[in-house]
Amino acid sequence: MQIQRDRERKELVVRTVVFTPFSIIVMVGGFLLLRNNPMSQILTTLFAIVWGTFSVLALFYSMNLIVQLFPTRKYNKIIPFVFVGPAILIIGWYLLIPTVRSLVLSFMNRNSTAFAGLENYKYIFTDSTMRTAFGNTVLWLLFGTAFAVFFGLLTALMAERSAIEKLGKTLVFLPMGISMVGAGVIWKFMYAYKPVGANQTGLLNALVVAFGGEPKSWLGTAPMNNFFLIIIFVWLQTGFSLVVLAAALKGVSEEIKEAARIDGAKEFTVLMKIVLPSIYGSIVTVSTTIMLAALKSFDIVYSMTNGLYGTEVLASQQYKQMFKFLDYGRGSAIAIIILLAVSPVIYYNLKEFNKREVF
Amino acid sequence: MKRAVKMTRSAKIITLLLILFCLVWTVPTAGILITSFRDSDAAASSGWWTAFGNLKDFTLKNYDEVLGGQRFTVGTAGGGTAARRGASMGSAFLSSITVTLPAVIIPIFIAAAAAYAFAWMSFPGRRILFAMVIALLVVPLQISLIPILRDYQKIGLNGTYLGIWLAHTGFGLPLATYILFNYISTIPRSILESAFIDGANHFTMFVRLIVPLSVPALASFAIFQFIWVWNDLLVALVFLSGGGQMMEVVTVRLMNMAGTRGSDWHLLTAGAFVSMILPLTVFLSLQKYFVKGLLAGSVKG
Repeated sequence: MQIQRDRERKELVVRTVVFTPFSIIVMVGGFLLLRNNPMSQILTTLFAIVWGTFSVLALFYSMNLIVQLFPTRKYNKIIPFVFVGPAILIIGWYLLIPTVRSLVLSFMNRNSTAFAGLENYKYIFTDSTMRTAFGNTVLWLLFGTAFAVFFGLLTALMAERSAIEKLGKTLVFLPMGISMVGAGVIWKFMYAYKPVGANQTGLLNALVVAFGGEPKSWLGTAPMNNFFLIIIFVWLQTGFSLVVLAAALKGVSEEIKEAARIDGAKEFTVLMKIVLPSIYGSIVTVSTTIMLAALKSFDIVYSMTNGLYGTEVLASQQYKQMFKFLDYGRGSAIAIIILLAVSPVIYYNLKEFNKREVF
Repeated sequence: MKRAVKMTRSAKIITLLLILFCLVWTVPTAGILITSFRDSDAAASSGWWTAFGNLKDFTLKNYDEVLGGQRFTVGTAGGGTAARRGASMGSAFLSSITVTLPAVIIPIFIAAAAAYAFAWMSFPGRRILFAMVIALLVVPLQISLIPILRDYQKIGLNGTYLGIWLAHTGFGLPLATYILFNYISTIPRSILESAFIDGANHFTMFVRLIVPLSVPALASFAIFQFIWVWNDLLVALVFLSGGGQMMEVVTVRLMNMAGTRGSDWHLLTAGAFVSMILPLTVFLSLQKYFVKGLLAGSVKG
């Protein structure tokens, strides 16, 4: 027994001594090589895929080997940090530290040379553009999320009962794969505006004219233009909500529904009392995801109206302050406000995790 | 019997409603698809729905210019002129692939390992670290751009593919960890326990059990990340602009088409369509996994 354990240990030491330096060399070597961009594109891609996969796995493997040299009790204590370590470090570098820095910068002046107290926050809550941005962001959060989730649920319910389930889903789903730049191009053709009498090239105005109305500048008149921007967001996000909810609906037990129907429940009652409660978890997930997207997305506003005509939202203001006016103080302060605004949603999600007793 | 008949009638109505809904949803895309085949003057002066009235306006010229590069003539040293072609979508397409694939693959294992630890190991600080990861889901990534750009300039990563892969890895990790945690935490405890009794260590466990069992979740994150990275404009603009025209990705090229050479709307439509092909193909072909992986944990029963 003792002999065998000794042999196993020796083997472990040998493996550690051989493999760890080897993987470090590959990792660092690959890093330096890629940093200098010496290869053609296709080679770089192939190399990166192999190198990336190998490095990540080798990292965990060699760390595991090293930690295995310790006694079992120590191993069990250290190993969790080996597994979360890389993720935490990268997230720390790319997100956490910048966030903390933003918090600091939000109390400094525009080029971060002097302490400014609450000046930036005062600006956020008193400036008239900012107030518009706040109001619009609330519109985006409420209507963007509500309509995307509602249409998703509606189409999911319809698809389940229709003859064209697959095709229908795919068509509603399609916009999800389209970039914001692409969506911008697409919707400019919907909302295009030409003066009265001219040939309308935008579908919406063409319809209005065909029914005897006057063409309107859809994106130029506040506050309705916000809704026309939100429509683009809903158009992009409904597919996501549809696929997730449609799959959740498949999980609702047929027997319970049938039993309720036999008991004389109307289809609507079955929906409200049985179907919706059983997919509640998925609805929360979808709503959270879409809400976060609504809060962060600035591309639609940025590419369609550039925030003119009273369409500014918090995210687009933040981008502008940061990259256009180069006012890091204000830009950071807005980012912090966005972060605070979503914390209740995140808190709620964590509580849901708790309920599932995974924590 | 009567019930069955009634059901089919309501099914018919629902099908009809759904067709209507799909029509509304598809019209915007159909509009630019048609426009992308139209002559530029025709597209600027009349709506795309009139295109079928005068078929001679249809042309493949837009796609030719988008895929092969715009044609323009330049004066040569000898006083004559020569035809040249501008930057094409083809090289941007390749560049996008180079950016996207590693940016999808690298974060997957890092996130899976973290999710495994969060779900199945107990250690001090677990709750706080996990809450931090989830909270960072909402950080608008614009916050990070300037600090990271400064770091990159210091260590020479600006304008390299490696730099943008790492950036996308960093920005994608919270979502990856969230999705994978959702999935991995639902793996039955008994499976893991029996493996431990057989003497597996955490690494073997991770490679032999956790990764294979989580394939649906891995795939669903991969699709998410693929579409996000492929369609991203901001990160590419910030971190790749130091790399010159050869490194321009599809979205950046598309933007430049609209901007630098005047507003070539007719080219934009064809360009937009070319840029959509790959993400849509990936999306549609992997749809099944997308949903499966995403749903774990939130569905009961």
